[in-house]
Formats: sequence, structure tokens, C-alpha cells
Amino acid sequence: MSKYVIRRLLIMVPVLMGISLVLFTILALAPGDPFEELATNPNVPPEVRANLRAKFGLDDPIAVRYLRWVTAMVKGDWGFSFVSRVNVDELILQRLPVSLFVLGSAQVLGILVALPIGTMSALRPYSWFDQISTTLAFVGFSLPTFFTGLVFILVFSIWLDWLPFIYRADISTSGWRWYWDHLRQALMPIAVLGLFQGATLTRFMRSAVLDVIRLDYVNTARAKGLSEKTTIMKHVVRNALIPVVTLLSLQVPAVFGGAIITEQIFRVPGIGSLLISSILANDTPVVMAITFVLTALVLISSLAADIVYAVLDPRISYN
Amino acid sequence: MDEKYLRGLINEVKAGRLSRRSFVQAMVAVGLTAPLATQMLTSAGVAHAQTSRLAYKPTKRGGGGALKTLWWQGATLLNPHFAVGTKDQDGSRIFYEPLASWDPDGNLAAVLAAEIPSVQNGGVSKDGKSVTWKLKKGVSWHDGKPFTADDCIFTAEFAADPATASVSIATYKDIKVDKIDSHTIKVNFSKPTPFWADPFVGVRGMIIPKHQFEAFKGAKSREAPANLKPVGTGPYEFVDFKPGDIVRGKLFANYHMPNRPHFDTIEMKGGGDAVSAARAVIQTGEFDYAWNMQVEDDILRRMEQGGRGKASIVAGGNIEHIQVNFTDPAKEVDGERSSVKTTHPLLTDPAVRQALNLLVDRASVQEQIYGRTGIATANFLNQPERFQSKATKFEFNVEKASQILEAAGWKKGADGIRAKDGKKLKMVYSTSINAPRQKTQAIVKQAAAKAGVEMELKSVTASVYFSSDVANPDTYTHFYTDIQMYTTTMTQPDPELFMNQFTSWEVASKENKWQGRNITRWRNAEYDKLYRAAETELDPVKRAAMFIKMNEMVIQNVVVIPVVFRPRVAAVSNRMHVEQSGWDSDFWNLPNWYREG
Repeated sequence: MSKYVIRRLLIMVPVLMGISLVLFTILALAPGDPFEELATNPNVPPEVRANLRAKFGLDDPIAVRYLRWVTAMVKGDWGFSFVSRVNVDELILQRLPVSLFVLGSAQVLGILVALPIGTMSALRPYSWFDQISTTLAFVGFSLPTFFTGLVFILVFSIWLDWLPFIYRADISTSGWRWYWDHLRQALMPIAVLGLFQGATLTRFMRSAVLDVIRLDYVNTARAKGLSEKTTIMKHVVRNALIPVVTLLSLQVPAVFGGAIITEQIFRVPGIGSLLISSILANDTPVVMAITFVLTALVLISSLAADIVYAVLDPRISYN
Repeated sequence: MDEKYLRGLINEVKAGRLSRRSFVQAMVAVGLTAPLATQMLTSAGVAHAQTSRLAYKPTKRGGGGALKTLWWQGATLLNPHFAVGTKDQDGSRIFYEPLASWDPDGNLAAVLAAEIPSVQNGGVSKDGKSVTWKLKKGVSWHDGKPFTADDCIFTAEFAADPATASVSIATYKDIKVDKIDSHTIKVNFSKPTPFWADPFVGVRGMIIPKHQFEAFKGAKSREAPANLKPVGTGPYEFVDFKPGDIVRGKLFANYHMPNRPHFDTIEMKGGGDAVSAARAVIQTGEFDYAWNMQVEDDILRRMEQGGRGKASIVAGGNIEHIQVNFTDPAKEVDGERSSVKTTHPLLTDPAVRQALNLLVDRASVQEQIYGRTGIATANFLNQPERFQSKATKFEFNVEKASQILEAAGWKKGADGIRAKDGKKLKMVYSTSINAPRQKTQAIVKQAAAKAGVEMELKSVTASVYFSSDVANPDTYTHFYTDIQMYTTTMTQPDPELFMNQFTSWEVASKENKWQGRNITRWRNAEYDKLYRAAETELDPVKRAAMFIKMNEMVIQNVVVIPVVFRPRVAAVSNRMHVEQSGWDSDFWNLPNWYREG
């Protein structure tokens, strides 16, 4: 097992290098630079832009810039944003807590909704409960989050005037009021994302339970006189969770990466909104750092999924 | 108008700003009409501070609660001399102040200056080569240190140092600032400068404290802690900043204006999009103010009905216009198309240009597309009003356009398209991708087809079209099409910089990497001469007349076809009292903002 893990970790290095090279090249080939706005400002002579480009090394060949970036990254220097001139790691750390809170809560909400509903519908397939939950799940993951987000804003903010639709990370109130304000503003983004995730998970859970419930050991458990509750909880759900847990661990990078669109709609200052504004501003160091961390997370979590799989299912072995 | 004109004239003469004799001489010399003279007289260059038109009612400092503003692009840095976009200038302007700001009429309003320099008070030298600013006394920085002439001199040095890589370097690199005493500075120019109010004024004029930045001049400028934690003289002092997300400030107890500011805290939240920002102010009232409402007027009007806020619109100089290519985009000479060594096969015929001018239905464009956010105009130079020509007018007339083309020998062929000497009247009309622009293109194309001119519409993604990518042929400065349309911005109330886009030395070409400002490649010796003269003309009346003449030359020759001029639009809560200016930051008058009830 440890051999396997080490091998996987070693493979990650060339994969990461390859991905970063591709990312860097694509970003370098894209038109524009972070000082594009200066070009259309008549008060700023072209030399100012040329000077800034030279100062930040944007005029060097792509290979030189890439090597510079890699060597700095290896040393732990993430560089600084061309737009805000702030260190990239600082920018990311500023945004991380909000992303973790909103997306983490959404994930938890998704799980809380999906597991019971998925199990219930699998236990009584094609009952009215199953029909309704299936319909809702399909509606849930067919509607894109930007649509549900806008509908939520329209209903809860504009018509009913209950909830604010602009997320503010700095809320000046204190005590219970602070928790209340945070909850109120986070409610809509969490609900939009959580229900979207939940809808997909429900379907997974349902099919996983259906797969398990037909197996012989479930019949055995029932035959030896175990109560229905024990049979379901100990024998069915536990085994059905194996593929679902794998799926969840693969979603970890998504939590870190932020839900770009939802963050944009509700102005949640998370990683996703940082990524999109950096892409729009051609802020290469920030885009590189975020996408690089995301790729690393995808690789690590897929490894983690494989390990968890082996732990949960003793039949699987990597040796 | 006549009464107003007379009153203005009398006032000027009364105030001794202008002798009757010299005024009349100037009038005769340029052959101006009376209404025009009024506007020039009342403003007479860049003189005379006006008090804010915003009547400030609160009688004490603070107590106004939280001021919540929304910028759909968040500020990314808070050093005004590194500001890449207006969002950064606005974020910095909460904390920093210039010596003077531009009010909505394009006149100077003193901020850190004790008075506005003029020829009359001796501030502006007669030869136009220097200006002396008296600084306000008793102003203190947020950290308690006094504000003095040294800070102004340091700001100029900081911005002018090439190693600092400031964006305001052009404003400061050719001036020399002398200290007269602790609260007087003298700005020296290398040549007579009629527009002396650029250094230390407006968005590029914000003054930074010497004691905070002294150690970080030049190459170390990025490391200054004050880049992220500004220490200024403004009405609010710094609390918190997250780039791209939020800027927060709190009332500065020692602010230099009495009873100001009204609000206890200020917040500038960034991100999202313009429409939802408008909603948050106008419909739900979650925020008090939102910047730059690039929203269709229809939507704004719908939100305003029974809403909690309104759109606030103020004139500025930005103009949406169609440019005519005077060079041939189809012929390649020395590795570039649209080279000045070629001439356009169709558009160098004045009849074709005149016809085009008649085929743009500006009234419909305003009415159906832009509403209050784009005003149909015949002029390229529209604002401030003292520079607006009254002699020009626009017309939409397909009939007349056809007649002009017919008379010039462009005859309709079997396919309905006019042709002359085997050249068909077909042109490519390009612009950036943006819903109002595509609608305008359609309106023009339809009218042109009726007159026998075929237009092929081309739309380029904005990020490519407005980029300065040398290798990309689709940018607006390459202009590899026949006509194109976009908005040119006018960032200061003086038209000198704005009108240089028709001078021959500014032609965009391969040689200058298409960074020249003359995109149409129109060249005219008379225009060049007039422009050179205006650069050093110190008499504001004569100078205004020169710019008016330049605008008229451009319009009469149909170098460009102005469509609509774009005022600045913000969303403001109904309870808020704010004053916007089209020539300065949205926060130029922030100390006087207040909320009722």
C-alpha cells in the first residue's frame, strides 16, 4: 500500500509540471495584458505601459517566464499579482475562509438532503415518494446554478425582501447579531449550491442502495431475524456509501475552487470570484497559482479516493 | 440667451477679469455667435472655484451611520499613482485628496488648495510657464502629521521617477515643483501651458504623504505598506482592504472641512455585474450608491418605478462615434494594411462620406437604444459646454444621401448597389461585441441599403478589439475595415488631449505599434497648424474658439460621424444627496455626501 502511494505521488510531479506548462502557455498566448485598461486611457502615454510590462517581465519569451515562475514556485514564492501588486498567497488566503465556509456548508447541506432521500427512494422504488424525489432531483441538476441563483434573488430579495443578495465578508455587527447576519446573507448561495449538489448525490445514493439491497447478504441478514432498521443501516447503507464517499472526495477541489458563477452572482468574495476577475484582468500570477492549486488538489483527492476505497472495501488491494 | 449673455458679459467686465475692449476684439477676431460667447465668458478658461451645488445640511460631524457603495469592479489597489482603472482611482479617492477637483461644469473646486490660482490673483503667470498654488493650512494626515508643501513636491518626484512605474508619470515628468514656503508651491512648465491644471488636480493629482512613502520611492515602490493601508487627508481613514472585494473606512475626526463627513463608516464593495448593482440600490435599497451603470435605460426605468433609488446622470465628454478610414484596408504596403501610403478607394470621395453622415439615424439610436444614457449629437467635442459648437447639426435623410451619391456619379446597378468606375459601394462596418452597438449597426445598415450602399457588419470581442496587441489585426487601432464604431473617452475637461486624435503626427501605424491616437489616418495641414497654435494659446476665449473650429473641421469633412455622447450614470438611493462630475472621480465631492432622515 505505501509503495503504491509513493508511486502515485511520484507520478504527480511530471503531471503537475505538464499541466502547469500547458496552463502557462495558454495564458501567455491569450491576447492582452494586465495593463490593457491603460492603453485606452489617453492620459497614460504608451511608454508607461511598455515600462510596466518590462518591469514585470512580460516582454520576455514564454520559456524564460515559465522557468522563472517554476523556480520561484519551487522555492515557495508564489509571486505577486500584477493588478493589485499584492503577494498571491496573501490574496488567496484572504479569500479562502469565505469559500470554505460557503462551499463547505453547501456540501454538508447536499449530503444531509441526499443521503436520507436517496436511501428512502431506493427502499421503495417507484413509490410516490420515489417518483417525486426523482422528478425534483432531475429538475435540481438540470437547472444551472446561475438560473436558480437569479430566481432566488428575484423571489427572496426583490419580491419578498427577506434576504440580502450581496455577500459581505466584513460584517460590522457583533455577538449573536453577527451570526444572524452571516447566516442570512449566506443562506441563498448555500441553498443554491447545496441543492444542486444534493440533487446529483440523491441519484447516486439511490442507485448505490438499489445495487446493494439485492445482494445475498442482505437477504441473509433479514433471514437471521435482524430488524429492518438494523439491516438497512448496518448492511445496506454502509456498503452503499462506498461509491458515494469516493464521489465526495473527488468533489473536494470543487469546494476549494469555489463555485465561480454562484460567487459572481451573490458577490461572494471567494476563490472563484478571485479566479474569474484575475482571468478577466489577465493577471497571470494569480490565475496560475489558483489553477495550479486546483490541479494539485484534483490529483491528491483522486489518490485519496483510491485509498479510501481500499480502506472501506477490504476486497480491493493495490499490492 | 441674449439676456444671459449680456449679464455674463457685464459680470466679467465688472469683475475686471476681462476688459470690454479686449473681449470684443477677441469676439470679432474669431467671429463667434453670442450664445457661444456666454459659455466661454462664464467659464473663461479654468478660473474661479465655485462652491458645491450640493447644499450640505448636517450640522455636525458624523452621526450619519454607514455609507454603503457598490462598484461592480472592486478596487484592486489603493495607491492613486498605480491606479489601473477608475475603480482604483475611486478607491484611493476615499482616503487621498488632490489640491483641486473638477466640478460637473469642468471648473476647478479647491480641496487641499487654499484658493484656485488664476491670472487675476497672480497664481497663474502671464507667460503661462508657471502656476503657484497656496495650500490650505491646518490640514493633517490620518496619522496626525501636518500636510505641507513637502508632500506635494514628494508626490511629483514619486510619480515622475521612471523606476516607480507610476501611471501618472506623464503628468509629472516634465514639470519642476519649487517650494516657496511651507504652504506654497510653484509648478514650473517647460513651455507655455494653457492647461496648467493637470498636476495635483483630479484623479492624477492625489497627494501622498512623504513620511509614509519616502523610503519606497523608485524600484521599491511595491513594498510600501501604505499601498495597502493608505494614510491620506480625506474624510475617511482606512480600516480594511481586500483587493477586488471591499474597501472600508471610518470617519476621520480631524478632517479639514467643518462638520464633515456625515457618515460614520464607508464601504466600497466590489464584484458582480452592473444590472444587479442597480437592483441593490434602486430596487432593494441594500446599498446607497452604485457606480457606472452600464445598463440599458429601459431596465433602469423599470427599476425606478416605485423603487428606492434613481439613476443619476451627469454629462461627460465620452462619445460613441463612427470613424471613416481614409486609407485602404485591403492593400498591404510594407507589412501593414490601412497604411498612410494608400488612399481609400471609396471613402476619400467627399460625396460618399457626406452620404454616410446622412444615413446614420442618430435620433432613433438615442430613442430606441440608449435613452438617457446616450444623447444624439452632431459634434465630436460636446463637453464642457464652452467648447461645444453651435454651428453643426445632424440630419437623417436617405433621399438626400441618394441624391448626393447620384450626383457624384455613383449609379445603382442591377443588384441595387451603387458603383462608379467598376468600384462597388460595399464596406465593412466593425465594432466590439456589445448589444447596443450591434443594434446601432443594424439601424445604419438598413438605412444604407435603402440608399444603395451595402454594409457588411463585423463584431469583435471587446477584449480583442480594445487590446493593444500588435499582432492582432482586429484591434480598433489597426482599423483594417472601412468604418468602425466605438466610444472615445475624454478624461479631463480640457480638450487638448482629446483633440490630438486628428493630428497627423498621431497616425496609428506599424512604426508606432499602432499606438498613435489618430485612428482614421485623416491628415490636414490646417488642422495641425490650428492644434499647434492652441497648445500654446493663453487666451482662454481664443483657445476655446480654436477647439470649436477643430471640431467643425472634423465634422464638416466627415472624418468621424458622432452618434451619441455618453453621460456618466450612477444609481443613487432616493435619500442620498450626492454630486457627480463627468470630469473627476465619483468620490470627488465625497465629504459633502449626506443622507436624509
